[in-house]
Amino acid sequence: MSSTVTHTGPRKFHLDHEPHLPEGDSTMLGFWIYLMSDCLIFAVLFAVYAVLGHNYAGGPGPKELFDLELVALNTAMLLLSSITYGFAMLEMARDRQRQMLGWLAVTGLFGAAFLSIELYEFGHLIHEGATPGRSAFLSSFFTLVGTHGLHVTFGIIWLVTLMVQVTRTGLTASNKRRLMCLSLFWHFLDVIWIGVFTFVYLMGMI
Amino acid sequence: MTSPMQDPNTSFLFGRLTFGALPFHEPILVATFAVVALGGIATVAALTYFRLWGYLWSQWFTTVDHKKIGIMYMILGVVMLLRGFADAIMMRLQQAMAFGGSEGYLPAHHYDQVFTAHGVIMIFFVAMPMVTGLMNYVVPLQIGARDVSFPFLNNFSFWMTVGGAVIVMLSLFIGEFAMTGWLAMPPLSGAEASPGVGVDYYIWGLQIAGVGTTLSGINLLVTIIKMRAPGMTMMKMPIFTWTSLCTNVLIVASFPVLTAVLVLMTLDRYVGTHFFTNDMGGNPMMYVNLIWIWGHPEVYILILPAFGIFSEVTSAFSGKRLFGYTSMVYATVCITILSYLVWLHHFFTMGSGASVNSFFGITTMIISIPTGAKLFNWLFTMYRGRVRFELPMMWTIAFMITFTVGGMTGVLLAVPPADFVLHNSLFLIAHFHNVIIGGVLFGLFAGMNYWFPKAFGFKLDEFWGKISFWFWVAGYWFAFTPLYVLGLMGVTRRMRVFDDPSLQIWFVIAAFGAALIAVGIAAFLIQIAVSIRDRKKNRDVTGDPWQGRTLEWATSSPPADYNFAFTPVVYDIDAWHDMKANGYERPLSGYEAIHMPKNTGAGVIIAGLSVACGFALIWYIWWLAIVSFIGILVVSIGHTFNTKRDFYIPVQTVVDTEARRSKLIESGA
Amino acid sequence: MGRIAATWRGPGPPETRHFMDHRTGNALKRLHLTALLTIPALLSACNAVVLSPSGDVAARQRDVLVASTLLMLLIIIPVICLVVFFAWKYRASNKDATYAPDWSHSTKLEVVIWAAPLLIIICLGGLTWVGTHLLDPYRKLDRISRDVVVTDDHEPLEVQVVSLDWKWLFFYPQYGIATVNELAAPVDRPIEFKLTSSSVMNAFYIPTLAGMIYTMPGMETALHGVINEKGVYDGFSSNYSGAGFSGMRFKFHGMDEAGFEEWIADAQAQDATLDRDTYRDLAQPSENVAPMHFAGVEDGLYHDIMNMCVEPGQMCMDDMMMKDMHTKSGGMDMAHGQHADHGAMGHDGHDHGGQDHKDHGAMGMDVSRNGGEDEMQSDTPEAEKTATEADRRMLHGHGLGGGFMPLFQPDPIQPADTQPNPANK
Repeated sequence: MSSTVTHTGPRKFHLDHEPHLPEGDSTMLGFWIYLMSDCLIFAVLFAVYAVLGHNYAGGPGPKELFDLELVALNTAMLLLSSITYGFAMLEMARDRQRQMLGWLAVTGLFGAAFLSIELYEFGHLIHEGATPGRSAFLSSFFTLVGTHGLHVTFGIIWLVTLMVQVTRTGLTASNKRRLMCLSLFWHFLDVIWIGVFTFVYLMGMI
Repeated sequence: MTSPMQDPNTSFLFGRLTFGALPFHEPILVATFAVVALGGIATVAALTYFRLWGYLWSQWFTTVDHKKIGIMYMILGVVMLLRGFADAIMMRLQQAMAFGGSEGYLPAHHYDQVFTAHGVIMIFFVAMPMVTGLMNYVVPLQIGARDVSFPFLNNFSFWMTVGGAVIVMLSLFIGEFAMTGWLAMPPLSGAEASPGVGVDYYIWGLQIAGVGTTLSGINLLVTIIKMRAPGMTMMKMPIFTWTSLCTNVLIVASFPVLTAVLVLMTLDRYVGTHFFTNDMGGNPMMYVNLIWIWGHPEVYILILPAFGIFSEVTSAFSGKRLFGYTSMVYATVCITILSYLVWLHHFFTMGSGASVNSFFGITTMIISIPTGAKLFNWLFTMYRGRVRFELPMMWTIAFMITFTVGGMTGVLLAVPPADFVLHNSLFLIAHFHNVIIGGVLFGLFAGMNYWFPKAFGFKLDEFWGKISFWFWVAGYWFAFTPLYVLGLMGVTRRMRVFDDPSLQIWFVIAAFGAALIAVGIAAFLIQIAVSIRDRKKNRDVTGDPWQGRTLEWATSSPPADYNFAFTPVVYDIDAWHDMKANGYERPLSGYEAIHMPKNTGAGVIIAGLSVACGFALIWYIWWLAIVSFIGILVVSIGHTFNTKRDFYIPVQTVVDTEARRSKLIESGA
Repeated sequence: MGRIAATWRGPGPPETRHFMDHRTGNALKRLHLTALLTIPALLSACNAVVLSPSGDVAARQRDVLVASTLLMLLIIIPVICLVVFFAWKYRASNKDATYAPDWSHSTKLEVVIWAAPLLIIICLGGLTWVGTHLLDPYRKLDRISRDVVVTDDHEPLEVQVVSLDWKWLFFYPQYGIATVNELAAPVDRPIEFKLTSSSVMNAFYIPTLAGMIYTMPGMETALHGVINEKGVYDGFSSNYSGAGFSGMRFKFHGMDEAGFEEWIADAQAQDATLDRDTYRDLAQPSENVAPMHFAGVEDGLYHDIMNMCVEPGQMCMDDMMMKDMHTKSGGMDMAHGQHADHGAMGHDGHDHGGQDHKDHGAMGMDVSRNGGEDEMQSDTPEAEKTATEADRRMLHGHGLGGGFMPLFQPDPIQPADTQPNPANK
C-alpha cells in the first residue's frame, strides 16, 4: 500500500443512487460459513472418535456390533436422497413447482428411511447392552452418528417447512434461496455421512 | 452410573428443584438478593410509571438496528462487570483475611463458586459482550453500511447472550454455581465429583450464550466481506474493521469447538457417557486439549478488537496516518493463524514430552513478534505526530506500558521450564489480568470514550473520566503487582486460606488495589451520569468531535437510523480524512427512500424460551424442557413465515432528518 | 514487617521451620514500598522461593526464568522508554517538534521492528528448546548440583505419589513404608517420583525442589528432582481440586543420610500398615489431614490405585486395555502392530513403564486376581505372550494417540529402570 496517496481534482465521495443489493445477497455466504462452523463440530466429534474409538472398556468392539450390510443400505438411502434433492433443484431451476415438490417429498422419504434404519440399529445395539454408557468407544460412536442423525432430523423438519412455504407462496426468490440453503445443508450431511461410513464403519471392520 | 433421568429423587413438576435450593442460610446471598430484588422492583415500577415498556419493547428489545444492539451489548457488559467485580472484591477480601488460622469469611462452598463465577462472567459476559457491542456499533459505520448482513440474527444473538447471562445470574439465588474453576475441567466437573446443579448452570449458560456469539460472529464476518462501501478494498478497510474481521473468523472457527466439548460434557453428566470420565475408557485430558483449542483463540478474540481500537485512537489523536498499515494488517492475520497453534502452553505441566512442550512454547513466542511489531507501529504513529492527551489516548498510553509488561510475563510463561515453576501460580493470574485488564479492558475504555459521542451525540465528562482512568491504572498495578510477587513465592491460585502469615501483607496490598479499581468503576458510572446531565455542554454537533479519520465520523452523532443518507465512496485508507482533505461537502439534496430491515420480537421470544429450556434441563424438569424446546421450534418456524421483514424510510423522513442535522451543524459553527 | 523475613525458606538448620534472617528483614522494612516498584532486584533477597530454591532442578528452572526475563528486557525497556518519550516529545502543545501527518511508512523501520523481536525470539526459542529438554520432568537427572555429576553410586530414591481428596499419599517402595502429607528425602540423592491420582486432577509441587507435574487418575506422570540443602520446605497441590484444596499441603524434609535413615526406621516402627481397607478409608474426602506413617504396604496397592481397581471386582485399567487390544484385533495377535496407536501419548509416552512392569510381576499380580474378570480367561495363549509387552507400552492411560497426531510423539527417553533394590522387601 502506498502510504501517502494524495489525489487531486474533484472526486465523488458518495453514490447518487442507492445501490440495489438483491435481497438476501449475503445469505449464501453466511450459510456457507455456518456450515463450516457446523463442520467444525463434526471435526471435533471425529477427533474424539479417533482418540476414544479403541477404548472398549472390556466391552464389545465394532466387529461384534456393526452390520455392514445394514449400514450400506442406510448409506444408499442417504445418497439417493441427495440425488433426488438434486433433481428437485433442477426442477426449481425450470420453475416447475409441482415436480419440484414431488422430488422434495421423495427426498424427505429417503431421509426418513435413513433415520428409521439408524434408529433400528441404535435400538438393536442398546438392546444388546451396547449402550452409550458402556464404553468410551460406544459413547463417541453414538454421539458422532447420533449428531449426524439429529442434523438429518432437523433437515427433514426444515424440508417440510419449505414445502409448506412453497405451496403457500410459490417459488419466490426468497423461497428459492432457502431451498438452495437446505440443498447445501443436505449435501453437507451426505459428505459427513461418507466420512462416518468410511471412518467409523468401514475402518472399524478392518 | 445411572442417568439422571431415572433419578427417583426428582419430582415430575419441579425436577430436583426444592425450597432447599434457595440459599436462605447464606446471609451474603440473602442480602444480595434483597438489594437486587429492590432494585429490580424499583426499575420495573419506574418503567411502568413512566410508561416506558412499550417504548423499550418497540424501540429497543425488538430492534434490528446494529447501533441499538451494540449499545445494549455495552449495557449488558457494564451490568455484568459489576457482578464480576463484586466477585473479585469478595475474593480479595477473603484472601486478605484468611491467615493465621482464620478461615476468612467465605466457606469453601461459597468461595469456590465465587472464583468460578468471576472468571466465567468476566470473560463471557463482560469482555465478550463489550467487544461484540463495539464491533456491532462501529463496524457497519466504518465500512459505510446501513446495517449488518443479517439484522434479525443480530438481535437474536444479543438476546441469546443475555439469556446465558440470565442463567448464570439465576444460579446466584436458585441453587449454586459451578465450583470447578472457569473452564470446568473434568473429572472435577464430572457427575461424580460435582453432582450438584452448579456445573449444569455453567454448561447451559455458556451453551445459550455460545449460540449467540457464534451467530454474531458469522453475521459480522459476512457484513465485513459483503457490505463494504464502494471503493473500500480489503487493504483500505479501517484497522478496527480488520481486527474485527479476524476476531470474527476466530469466533466462527473456535466457538463450535466449545459447543461440541460442552455437549460431550453434558452427555457425560446427563446420559452417563464416558468421554471425560476416569473410567470405562474416558479421557479427561481430551477435554483439557479441546477446551483450550477453543480457549486460546478466545483470548485473541478479546484482544484483537482492542488492538484495533488502539490503532484507531493512536492515529486519530496523533493527527497522523497509522504507521505501517500493511504490516499491521499482516501482523493481525499472523496472530489469528498462530492463535490455533499454541493451545498446549496452557498445560505444559500435564507432562507432555519435551519436544511437544518446546514446540508449543516456541509457537507461543512467535506470536509475540507480530504483537511486538504492532506496538512499534503505534509507537511510530506517535512519532512526529501531534499527540492530544484526551481520554481515549490516555487509556492507549497506559495500555502500551501495561501491556508490554504483560506480554513479557506471557512469553516468560511460554518457556516450559519457567512455566513448570510458575504455572497455576498467582504469577499466572497476574499475567493474564495484566493482558486482559491492561489490554482488553483499557481498550474497551478507550473505545467507549472514543465512540461514546458518536453513539449519543455528546462527549463523556473529562474530569470523571480522568478520575476513573487514574484509579483504574493505579488500582491495576496495586492489585496485581503483589500477585506477581506472590507467584514467585510459589503461591498457588484458587487458595481459600493460607498458613504462612508473611504472605498477608501482599494480599492486603492487592485488596487495596481492588478497592482503587472499585473507585475507578464508580467514577466511570459517575462519568456517564454527569455526562448525561451536562449533555448540552458536551454536545457534539459536527459528528466529528475528535478530528477522526474513518467513515463513522462522516455521519451525524448519533447517526440516523440509516447511518448515511448517501452510500459513501472510498478512495483511501482513512476515508473520512481523505474526504475532508479533498474538500468534501455534504450533499443537501437528491435524497432517496432507504430500504431498511424491520423490527421483530422473535429473537427475544426464542431467547426467552431457551432460558426456560436451559433452566428446566438444569433442574431436570423434563416436561418444561420439552415444552420450551417445542416452543423454540414453533417460534423459529413461525418466524420463517413472516415475510414482512423490511420497509422503506420515506424520502421525506430522510429530508427532515438531514435538515435537522444541517441546522445542528450551523448552530455549532 | 519482620514477618516478611520470618519465613525465609532458604538454607538453614533443618530443625528450624521459620528461620529468621534479620539483615534481609531490616533491609526490607525500609524498602517495602520501593519493593513494589523494583521487585525483580529485591525478590531474590526476600522469600521468593521460586527465585532462590534449594534443589538443583528448580535452580536450573530459575536460571532459565531469569535468563529469559533479561533477554526480553533488552527490548521491553527501550519500548517502554520510547512510549513515554514519544508521548512527551510529540505532545500537541509542543509546537517545536516535527509534525509529519502523512508520514506513515518506512521500509527500514519496518525491517527493524519485525527483526528486533524476531532476533530475541530466536535466542529465546533456542534457550527454550534446550532448556525444555534438559529440564524435562521425565528425564533422569544427570547432575546432583552444579559440580556433581550423577554416577552409578547415586541410587535414586523412588517415591510413588497419589493425590487423594484432599491429601497426599507417598509410597516408598524401596523401604516398604507409606506416609500421608509428609515427605522426606536425603540431601543430594536423586528422587524419582511416579505420580497418579485417586479421583480428580491435582498438581504436585514443591517449589524449592523442582517444577510441578499434574497427577491424574488412571494415568501416571513422573518427576525427577534432588534436594541440595537440608531444611523443611512446603509442598502442596497447585491445581485446584475441590473444597479441601487449600489444605492439601505437606512438609518436605530435606535430611542428611542419617536423619533420613532414622525417619525411615521411625516409620517402619509404626503399628499401622496400609492395606486396601485402610486405603479405602483414607481415600474418603477429608481436609487438613495431619501427617501419618505406615510401616507396611499391601502388595500392588500403588499399581491398583493407578489402575483404578482397588475396589474388589473392578477390572484394572492395564488389563482392560490389554483386553481392548484383543477386541480391536478381533481376538487375533496383532498387538505388535498396534503399539504406535496406543503406547505413545502426549503426556507420558516415555517408556517408563519398565518399573511398573516389574511391580506387576514382582507383586504377584495376574489378570485373574480380581473378581469379575472371567472374560479375561478366554485370552488365547499368544495373547498372553504379547500381553507383557503390550502392558509395558500402554499402561499409562490414554491420551491423544501417537498415530493420531505425530506431534505428540515424545522423544524416546530411556526408562528410569532401577536395579533390584536390596532394601525392597
